[in-house]
Parts: sequence; C-alpha cells; structure tokens
Amino acid sequence: MSVAARLERDWRRFTPVQRLARHAFYVATAATVVLSLRTVEVIPEFLYDAPAQMGDLFGRMWPMDWRYFGPTWDALVETLHIATLGTILALLMAVPIGFLAARNVTPNPALNLFAKFIFVTSRSVNSLVWALLFVAVFGPGPLAGTLAIAFRSIGFTGKLLAEALEEGDRGAIEALTAAGAPKLSTIVLGYWPQARPAFWSIALFRWDINIRESAVLGLVGAGGIGVALDTALNLLYWDQVAVVLATIFAVVVLTEMAVTLIRARVI
Amino acid sequence: MKAAPQSAAPARRGFEPNWPARLGWALLLLYVVYAGSRLGFTWERFAAGLEHGGRFLARMFPPNFERWRLLSDGIVESLQIAVIATFFGILLSLPVGLLASRNLMPPWITWPARGLIALCRSFHPIIVAILFVKALGFGALAGIMALIVASIGFISKLFAEAIEEISLKQVEAVRATGAGFMNVLIMGVQPQVLPRFIGFATYQLDSNLRNSTMVGIVGGGGIGATLFTAYQRFDFDFVLAILIVIVALIMAAEIVSGWARRVFQ
Amino acid sequence: MTAAPAVVAATSEGDSRALVIRKLRKEYRPGVPVLKDIDLAIPGRGMTAVIGPSGTGKSTLIRCINRLVEPTAGEILFRGQDLAKLSGLALRQARRRIGMVFQEYNLVERLTVMENLLCGRLGYVAAWRAWLRRFPRGDVERAFELLDAVGLSGFATRRADALSGGQRQRVGIARAIMQQPDILLADEPTSSLDPKTSVEIMELMAQLAGERDIPVIVNIHNVDLARRFAARIVGMTDGAVVYDGPPGGLTDAHLKRIYGGESWLE
Repeated sequence: MSVAARLERDWRRFTPVQRLARHAFYVATAATVVLSLRTVEVIPEFLYDAPAQMGDLFGRMWPMDWRYFGPTWDALVETLHIATLGTILALLMAVPIGFLAARNVTPNPALNLFAKFIFVTSRSVNSLVWALLFVAVFGPGPLAGTLAIAFRSIGFTGKLLAEALEEGDRGAIEALTAAGAPKLSTIVLGYWPQARPAFWSIALFRWDINIRESAVLGLVGAGGIGVALDTALNLLYWDQVAVVLATIFAVVVLTEMAVTLIRARVI
Repeated sequence: MKAAPQSAAPARRGFEPNWPARLGWALLLLYVVYAGSRLGFTWERFAAGLEHGGRFLARMFPPNFERWRLLSDGIVESLQIAVIATFFGILLSLPVGLLASRNLMPPWITWPARGLIALCRSFHPIIVAILFVKALGFGALAGIMALIVASIGFISKLFAEAIEEISLKQVEAVRATGAGFMNVLIMGVQPQVLPRFIGFATYQLDSNLRNSTMVGIVGGGGIGATLFTAYQRFDFDFVLAILIVIVALIMAAEIVSGWARRVFQ
Repeated sequence: MTAAPAVVAATSEGDSRALVIRKLRKEYRPGVPVLKDIDLAIPGRGMTAVIGPSGTGKSTLIRCINRLVEPTAGEILFRGQDLAKLSGLALRQARRRIGMVFQEYNLVERLTVMENLLCGRLGYVAAWRAWLRRFPRGDVERAFELLDAVGLSGFATRRADALSGGQRQRVGIARAIMQQPDILLADEPTSSLDPKTSVEIMELMAQLAGERDIPVIVNIHNVDLARRFAARIVGMTDGAVVYDGPPGGLTDAHLKRIYGGESWLE
C-alpha cells in the first residue's frame, strides 16, 4: 500500500451522524442543567445552615419515644394489608389487560394501544395522587389506600407482563392453534404457563415496592403507618417520628430479605 | 400417571391434583377475606363510594386551565428539581456504585458503601423530603436533596450489580497490557456496563420527574403544592388540569429517554 | 532426561534476553504446591512450548511471569529485573513489555477491533486519551499495519463480538504485539479453536515474534503442534519440569512420563 494511501487511513469511533447526535445530546443536557441551576429558587443561606439544622433534627429524634410503638405497630399491620391487598387487586386487573396489550396474544392494534394507554396513565399518576383521588371518593381510610396502590400498580405489572408474554415461545402456541384449540384455551394452556415464572417475579417485585409506597399514603389520609407519621409530624414530636421511621426501615429491610429468600427458593 | 392399585375398573388420573398449589390459593383467598374485613371493606362503603365517585368525576370535567400561569410555574419548578437532582444523583452514584462492587473492591470498602445505598433506598422520597424540609426549609432545595438521595439509592445499586456481572476475563486482559487503574476502568469495565447504565439513568430521570411533582405536597417545591391546595379547596377541575399536564410531561420525558437510549447505544 | 538442567545452562549462558526462573513455587493452598520449585531458563528467541496434562501448573507458570498469579516464592529474572519482586508502577511498566494471548481471547466484546488493538497501548497513554479515544497517530497507523499483518484488513470498525474464534484470536495476537513487547506469552491460545485455525494461529505467532526477534512461551495441550512449531519443549507433570530440550529429543518414553498419570517423583 502506498504511503499516501496509508496516511489516509483514519479511524474514527463514531460516524458523523452519530457524533452529531451525541454532541446534540451533550449540549442539550448541559444547557438544561445550567438553565435549571440558574433559575431555580434556592436560598443559599438555607444550604449553609443545613448541617446545623440536621444536627438539631437528629438531636430531637434521639432518644426515641418507644411508647409510641403501640399505635405504630397497628398502623404497620394496616400498611402491610394495604400493600398486599393492593398488589393482589392490581394483578387481578393487570393480567387481562396485559393479555390485551401483548401483540402476539391480541393482534388487534387498537386494543393494544388502548391497553398500553391504561398502563401509561396508571404509571404516570403518582400513588399519592391516586390516594388523593380515592380519598375524595371513598373518604379517608385504608380503602382509599388499597385502591390507590392497586391502580398505580396496574401499569407497572401489566407492562412487564405484556413484555414477558411477547417474549414467549411461539411454537407451543402454534401447535395448540393448529390442533383447533379455542382462543381461551390457548391462553390458559399456551401463554399462561410460559408467563407464570415472570408473573410471580413481577408480583414479588411490585409487592416489595408497594410496601414502601403504602407507608406514605397515610400522609394524605389513606390509612397505614403514614397516618401515625403524619400525626407525630404535625405535633412536632420528633422522637415519635423517629420511632415510626425506625419501624419503616426495619420492615423494608425484612421485606427485602424475605423477597430475596423467596426468589432463591421458589423462582 | 398413576395407576390405581386395585384391578376392578381402574381410573387413571391424567393430572394429579397439585395440593401445595391448591393450598396456597386457598390461603391467599382466606387472607384476602381476612385482611379485607380488618380494613373495614364492606359492600355498602364501596357502593356509596361509587356513587360519590360519579359525582366527583363530574366535578372534575371539564378541566379548568384558567390559572395556567400558576400551573406553568409549578411545572417548571418540578422540571428544575428533577433535572438537577438527576444530574447530581448520577454524578454521585458513579463513585458510590463503583465502591460497592464486590468484584473490584475489598469488603472493608463495599460494606459501608452498600450500607449507604441501603439507607438511601429504604425511605420513600416523600419521607426523605419531609426531613429535608425540616433541615433546609420549604422550597425546591429540599425537594432536590430528597431526590438526589433517592437517585443514589437506585442507580448505585443497579450500577454495582452491573459491575459485578461483567466478565473479569476481559478486565484481566486489559490489566495484562500494563494499563493503570483508570485505563482498566475506561477500556475494560466501562464498555461492559455503559448500555445498562444509560438504561437506569434514564429510568431514574423519569422516576425523579414523577416524584418531583409530588414533593411539593410536603413542602419540597414544584407543582405538588399547587395540586394539594387546589385539592383541599375542592377545585377539582383545576386538579384535573394539573393532572393532565403532569401526565403529558411524563409521557414526553419517556420519549426523550427513549431517544437518549438509542443515541448512546 | 535428568541431564536437562545442565543442557539448559549451557545454551542460555550469555543470553541476555533469556527468561530465567529460579525456585519458583506457587501454593494456592498452604502446603499444597502447584509449582514445585521450578528451575527453568527460557531462551531469548524462538518459540518454547510448555506441555503437560491439565492441572499440572502450566497455566500457573505462565501467569506468574506477568504476575496475573502471585508466586509464593522464587525469582523470575528477565532483562535485568526480578519480575516476582515488582509492584505498583514498576510492575505496570514491566507488564507493558510482556504481551499475552489468552485461551478465550479475552477481547473487550463490546469494543471494536481497533479499540481492542489500541488497548495494547494502554500502558503508555494517559487516561484522558483512552477516554476520548485520542490515541497517538503513530499507534493508530501501527494498528492498521498489524491488522494487515494478521490478515484482518478492513476489520477495524467491526465489533469484537461479531468475529469468529479464529478472527478473535488474531486480534488478541495483534493486541499483544501492539505493546511492542520484549516477550510474548500465550496461555493455551489454540484450545478453543478448530485444528486448521489452530495451525494458522501458531504460524502467525511464530512469524510475528520471529520478525521482531522476541521469544514466545506457549502453553499448549496439543503435542503435535508443539513439536511442529517450537524450538524448545518443556514438559511438566505434577508441578515439576520433567523434560527440557529440543522437540527432536521428545521420545514416547518422555511423553508417557509426562502424561502417563503415574508420578515418578513420589
């Protein structure tokens, strides 16, 4: 190869189009961050004061007021019920809609879109907002909380379920359909067994998250340990707040351990 | 397939009844009924609620955008909170996640790092926001700090897991060329984790955006405060307007995240 | 062949580029040595093949040289340094003069062929250059030349995981040569390849190392390949060297001793 030709061999990591796109993104990100930093309303004195304030806060939290543990415990049990019932309810609703959203189960694009729209809406509305809505409809209490958890979880579980269905093995379905099985049968005996491991994994995952979510719903009156937290906060009894926080932390850790155990043994 | 022990007209069952599974389902059903009663679910309440709900929905329509200036101020602040929190959250998660990976770091480093991550993840961002509001006062700063904590908890954990799943053989080969620690990271570790990292960084951006619309309820700035006030004043048509904008914003963010993921494949 | 050590000393005296191993010992578990006080002098040019059954310490021996495995005791003398005693910056500088080819290629799968080749220069470039992929012009040119030399012209922008096994190993060899090493190590470079490709790879290593006049130490299962390409054969069994000499001197009796299973040392 001639010297001239050799010198012209250049190596670039990205094609020009790729480079343009990447640079565009870098610039856009930098601009957004800088713009946000400059226009956000933050009072710098508060930032400097922060360590002292946090120290003061922790000072008030310790020692913890363990007499508050009684009402905390009842509220905790209520929270667990809310999380569990909410997850179960969500799964009951998410499964049929998930089947509607999976393109291989339901070849109708309009229905797919409809199902996906339900999922997106469910995910976009924060569980606290769902709680607000249900408190307005059903009054304060755990009923509102359970429904809020349920409606928020439909999107999450349904989307993952639809994805699991779409990744399924088509061969088995083809065999069933070729043998003349009606649609419902192919769903029960063809799709469902393939989706089952994914289903339990998703259910467990969402239950774990819902325990955390349920803990805060009480702040808007939807039942659970959030109510105990709210009460203590309003009265500025930080030592009671500390008890509630410690309980929440313990529950979250225990739940994680339980979930890890179940995943290892069953799934 | 089990043949009956006796010879007279043996009935062979194709499927044995799965007793553990049936027991499981039965227990689940019992639990649902039990928990439902503990929580006070009755049909009367539900029916009353449905009727009430109908009236409630009627009050929400049509959505009221009159106070759009207030709405846009709140949304802009929520966006600022989400952007800043994600930026700093990602920045901080890189070293924390690296320090928490057990295949690259010794235990006396990974244990505290993992402890920190667990602490960040245990509390709902709203609760963290409450604490920061107490420490830093009302406003966007508390919201930003709360979401930074949430981001570190999420991204660091997944980042550490991604690092732990890389092929160490590739890293070994890079080390054998005499490369220093940074070079090993850049050419050996980073190419293996970058795509997944982009995935959860964009997910966290969406998640922070969702949460930034809520931290206002407890004083953390953003549209949440506006929403809550409107709610408490029964301005449900304004509430619906706010909700529509929030949902639209989140959908737009998901689209942008999709682009980012494709560009940085 | 118990006269082996004396033969070795005679040929490597005055060979300043030889790799001399003295009393090398490696114990993965205390009291259970995998390498039993090895004494070896690898000539400073040509290919030396280490043969022996699995688990006998061949791979450990090779990896002790560039310290991917830490020796428990002993010396590894090369070009005026004891490789076994180096650490930190000195070790990294020594490593960049030692090229290694791996059994499973160990390319960074998600990177392109060019990027994998440039990894060979990582011991010489600063982190920011690696980050921005702004390697020196000379390195990039040399990479292209090496790609031609290993028969992969035009493959520069292909991703490593899109290549066949033989192609990957060629990239692995090119990466090692990119370091401009003083010695080339190969840890079972052909074990994952089909027979024809194995021969090509051995030829390539012999050729490239010969052109640069550097020694090659290959750890290999296949005795025929070893006999065909190596100027020197080291036979190991049970952690000790039992044959050290030219391929012509490797008789069936030696092979039986190496691979036979019975250890005469016990």
